[in-house]
Amino acid sequence: MVEEEGFRRYVAHIILWIGIAIVAFPVYIAIVASTQDNALIANGQMSLLPGGHFFKTYYQTIFIGTSGSTREPVGNMMLNSLVMALLIAVGKIAISIISAYAIVYFRFPFRMPIFWLIFITLMLPVEVRIYPTYKIVADLHMLDSYAGLSLPLIASATATLLFRQFFMTVPDELLEASRIDGAGPLRFFWDTLLPLSRTNMAALFVILFILGWNQYLWPLLITTRDDMQTIQIGIRKMITTTDALTEWPIVMATAVLAMLPPVFVVVAMQKLFVRGLVETEK
Amino acid sequence: MQKQAIFQSKLLPYALVAPQLAIVLIFFYWPALQAVIQSFLLQDAFGLSTSFVWFDNYLELLQDRAYFEAIVRTFFFSFAIAVSSLSFALLLAVMADKPLRGSMLYRTLLIWPYAVAPPVVGVLWIFMLHPSLGVLSRYLRVLGIDWNPLLDGDQAATLIILAAAWKQISYNFLFFLAGLQSIPRSVLEAAAIDGARPMRRFWTVTFPLLSPTIFFLLVVNIVYAFFDTFGIIDTMTRGGPGKSTETLVYKVYSDGLLGGNLGSSAAQSVILMIMVIVLTGIQFRFVERKVTY
Repeated sequence: MVEEEGFRRYVAHIILWIGIAIVAFPVYIAIVASTQDNALIANGQMSLLPGGHFFKTYYQTIFIGTSGSTREPVGNMMLNSLVMALLIAVGKIAISIISAYAIVYFRFPFRMPIFWLIFITLMLPVEVRIYPTYKIVADLHMLDSYAGLSLPLIASATATLLFRQFFMTVPDELLEASRIDGAGPLRFFWDTLLPLSRTNMAALFVILFILGWNQYLWPLLITTRDDMQTIQIGIRKMITTTDALTEWPIVMATAVLAMLPPVFVVVAMQKLFVRGLVETEK
Repeated sequence: MQKQAIFQSKLLPYALVAPQLAIVLIFFYWPALQAVIQSFLLQDAFGLSTSFVWFDNYLELLQDRAYFEAIVRTFFFSFAIAVSSLSFALLLAVMADKPLRGSMLYRTLLIWPYAVAPPVVGVLWIFMLHPSLGVLSRYLRVLGIDWNPLLDGDQAATLIILAAAWKQISYNFLFFLAGLQSIPRSVLEAAAIDGARPMRRFWTVTFPLLSPTIFFLLVVNIVYAFFDTFGIIDTMTRGGPGKSTETLVYKVYSDGLLGGNLGSSAAQSVILMIMVIVLTGIQFRFVERKVTY
């Protein structure tokens, strides 16, 4: 065993706590600011301790919104973000798992070309095709809709690859056994393969939910109506107006609310999160 | 690699790949193709007529000083973000890898910023370092620094790099920790028996064994700096002041949206696509090596 002397161990603890402080400080400031009076903040007199406006600010943020810039309740924005994130996560998993199933368990003409068509989309992130994609979504009358928000982000080569890799490790005997039981391809998928994939699906879901909730550029382009805004877009619009008019406590409360669901997912489902992160990078 | 046990069916496999294929063709290939076609076209000012101009859009871009500067800036940002975030994360991971009490708690407290969206990162940092009301700006002014990232381009760039690096710490930390934990203890013990002090052990044993992880993270961080910084830049500086924080992705966005110059924006998209293909290629080549290392 490599011995760690007491002194070095103290140093390690101290460095880690400094790291944690650096990582947490911006968020601490946001939480503190969301409980204080706007006038105080605007004067640059903000205190580093929590103020007394917690309930007032969060109530206004969630149910009413800012009084100046967006006027849209953040509760509604969160709902939009939630629907978009769920559609993206569930949609990606659903269409990837069935296409991976077809590619692994069937032989059919154009099998490999189709696989490559899906695979190459890894190299076409939404950022490099924004305007043409925008035009198509507009032509399909999907601007300001949940379909427009989620469909162009739903195809996922990573998820397909992941399921393909996993299916390859499933022993052939399972298929033979269920075939003897008289099960067809759909039965086998539903009764055998799907239950086996549960952990993979959960890990993937955690990552995809976070990525979906945090989408920015695409919703920014295709939402024009205030009631279709996601929370990430809403927060940007709140600070559009010149500094003097920005309602900082509400902006910071919105930032806190925007962080809450994905951070909760990471902390509460840490094991799945780490697994999903490592697997999707392979 | 192929499965031996398979099903026989003529139509079912097509039905199963159909949804994915439809989305890929409609929302990926068609727009990408449009971008390529668009990049060879020139539209007149009123959008009434278009003409085929071969590589004019590209040539114009390559001669455009602003575009050249955006390329240099993007690479500089990527490099600065990757180096600062990687070195800090490595320090933390090395500390957390030690047999300490509460190491799980440390991990939890260090990984959550991964979940914070880029635009929120931007808002948090601009608020902290806002010239007139930022909590930290007060102290900078006390130190005699004339801090105003809304007017000073270099300060704006520093702010973007700091915020973007901050967000990436947790990701890098996780992968470094996994990399460190996969180093066999016996190797370190052998070095210790040979009389190598901890610092020396780190640089001669741990660091070289970690090099695949470092290289992998370098590529991931560069891709991150290219694309995911959009949200940070858009909420903090909108590419300004001047053009001092305009990256390649931000330029595609603002040229297409504000300038209405679709041909140029499309040509920029195609150049970006080529860059992504190169980066993804490097990443894949490398990941294979990581597995066999």
